Amino acid sequence: MSEHPEEFKESGLVRFLRATEVDTRLLGMIGALLLIWLGFHFYGHFVNGFGAFLTPRNLWNLSVQTSSIAVMATGMVLIIVTRHIDLSVGSLLGFTAMIMGVMQVWVLPKYLGLGHPMIWVITILVGVAFGTLIGAFQGFLIAYLSIPAFIVTLGGLLIWRGASYLVARGETIAPVDPTFALIGGGPYGTIGATGSWIVGIIVCIAIVLMLWNGRRQRVRFGFPTRPMWAECLIGLVGTGFVIGSVLVMNAYPWPKGIVKKYAAANNIEVPESGLFISHGFAIPILIAIAVGIAMTFLATRTRFGRYVFAIGGNPEAAELAGINTKKMTLLIFALMGALTGISAVIASARLKSATLALGQFDELYVIAAAVIGGTSFAGGIGTIYGAILGALVMQSLQSGMVLIGFDAAIQQMVVGGVLVLAVFIDTLYRKNSA
Amino acid sequence: MSDSNSANAPSADPNAGKTPLVEMRDISIAFGGVHAVDKASCELYPGEVVGLLGHNGAGKSTLIKILSGAYSRDSGSIFVDGQEAIINNPRHAKDYGIETIYQTLALADNVDAAANLYLGRELLTRWGTLDDAAMEAETRKVMNRLNPNFTRFKDPVKQLSGGQRQSVAIARAIHFNARILIMDEPTAALGPAETEQVGQLIHQLKQDGIGIFLISHDIHDVFDLADRVTVMKNGAIVGSAQTKDVTKDEVLGMIILGKCPAGAIPGPGALAD
Ligand SMILES: Nc1ncnc2c1ncn2[C@@H]1O[C@H](COP(=O)(O)OP(=O)(O)O)[C@@H](O)[C@H]1O
Ligand SMILES: [Mg+2]
Repeated sequence: MSEHPEEFKESGLVRFLRATEVDTRLLGMIGALLLIWLGFHFYGHFVNGFGAFLTPRNLWNLSVQTSSIAVMATGMVLIIVTRHIDLSVGSLLGFTAMIMGVMQVWVLPKYLGLGHPMIWVITILVGVAFGTLIGAFQGFLIAYLSIPAFIVTLGGLLIWRGASYLVARGETIAPVDPTFALIGGGPYGTIGATGSWIVGIIVCIAIVLMLWNGRRQRVRFGFPTRPMWAECLIGLVGTGFVIGSVLVMNAYPWPKGIVKKYAAANNIEVPESGLFISHGFAIPILIAIAVGIAMTFLATRTRFGRYVFAIGGNPEAAELAGINTKKMTLLIFALMGALTGISAVIASARLKSATLALGQFDELYVIAAAVIGGTSFAGGIGTIYGAILGALVMQSLQSGMVLIGFDAAIQQMVVGGVLVLAVFIDTLYRKNSA
Repeated sequence: MSDSNSANAPSADPNAGKTPLVEMRDISIAFGGVHAVDKASCELYPGEVVGLLGHNGAGKSTLIKILSGAYSRDSGSIFVDGQEAIINNPRHAKDYGIETIYQTLALADNVDAAANLYLGRELLTRWGTLDDAAMEAETRKVMNRLNPNFTRFKDPVKQLSGGQRQSVAIARAIHFNARILIMDEPTAALGPAETEQVGQLIHQLKQDGIGIFLISHDIHDVFDLADRVTVMKNGAIVGSAQTKDVTKDEVLGMIILGKCPAGAIPGPGALAD
């Protein structure tokens, strides 16, 4: 005899998902990512005789390479959520990097003297301000002159690339300021083993505090809460992931040459067995994580974020509710410009120079990252963490293809295909969940 | 029966000498070549329910969207409490205590009931962040009063039924101490029980001295609730009458033919005799 009517008998998985309030899309994304990682690793293992993908070295590089795209993808989420698009980010990145290159290589040393400690600070401020201004200008054209974002930023794609050529007549500008270069990662641009542990432990504490505070809020208002085991599980998975990342990043040592140079410069004796100096987290990935946290806060905890999503859901309703949608549009594009400025810092610091090709095709990676991460072109839906994961997926594909020796032409075709496929999957997913 | 009055002239104006809560005077707006509203005037007194009637396309929604700040009029003026009011966008209208339930509901489909209720007027914590818990708690209270069956506080409103969505839109309009309430076809998606509930709500709001524009293309929705009816046709006002001075059939004549009965005060859109 059955105690419960049929509909209360749900599978263990459904009950698990409901209790933890984990969204299935996130699980799908993580699954796809693992599949890609394992795929490339074992392809390398069996075909080339060496699985290079799941090594600390590759994962560390992957984290650095993902940063620039991830930073821009967080902004692209807000753009696509409000039913716009920004095709200009790659060119704007290149242009901003060029301006910063000129600033720190040609202009500032002339006034402050070569190697002045303020050069990198002023350069970054100028770069981010510059990106913000151009973003705001594009936003102004879109919001107040009602030119479609597609057209404005398609124009921008050509204009800013052309402008960046004009700035330096196509020359590569190098070398960048040494402190500036640290932002791009590289052995010195990392925080080492101890620093990584400190960051990791702070993040773990933050995760626990957030879970605890969330629960307290819900109890305060008498709303339903997650079961205790689900809270603990989420906490364990979260902190476990963080500690795992620290272990992997710390497992990648400095190359021998750098260690020797470093030891010589600091009068350290290198023992026979060699010296193991960990990279730890690279500065660019820390910047990307900080941007991710700030953008998540903006998107979910502030009025600004609420309005972004409301506008995306129903622009007319947002306007009728008294939201100044034109001003919001301008601000969103300005923010996209600021984030592009930050990415330009990371990308040119990593390259230690500003080149004409910097940022080319980045718009496709950024848009693909946002869409793979669950941002819908129908508007109103998207998450920051999804876009960051999406950036990781895109970069994993790219790095994996390089590792196993696909050439550039095939890489481009795969990226293009994945972008179209991601939108198709999104369409299917929405049809089924609606 | 009010039929006995039907041949009489309009009875004494109960609002004589009072200042209207809102007065719209000679409002016009055209979209391209279409004169959607043409020199329309109407007024609303405290505690009064005015039924704004007319066929689909008569210009009712457009007229009240001018009052709610959604459209900018081409000409005419609006007075609130006898003072000329500047209403150029929805924020201005809300500052005057004008709240609107739009025919389309104007909900952000992708966010939940609380986010819609507080859209544009979010409650903040002392850190300046959204106080979602407080907003949800308040929303639970309001919705409990309005529609006790409503339980889906976490779902995006897209997933709600027509009636549930309508209650969210109504809750939003009455939650912020409106003085002037515009209800554009508020019961269109509601069943009989819920419609009855809205009727009671209107009675209660009236007691509180709130003025209500109740808009419908169907005379049966408004006749029993309204103190006065104002009828529009082709963008112009046919006439206005106290409900007790006219019959339903006469109002139907106003709506369909533009014929103004003796009990009504004719407007510029009335059929010439
Ligand atoms: N935004 C608009 N653009 C163009 N025409 C409009 C617009 N809004 C309303 N109209 C036109 O104005 C007229 C009145 O419409 P409306 O006010 O919606 O009528 P009602 O609410 O009485 O059914 C119709 O002819 C309609 O097509
Ligand atoms: Mg209408």
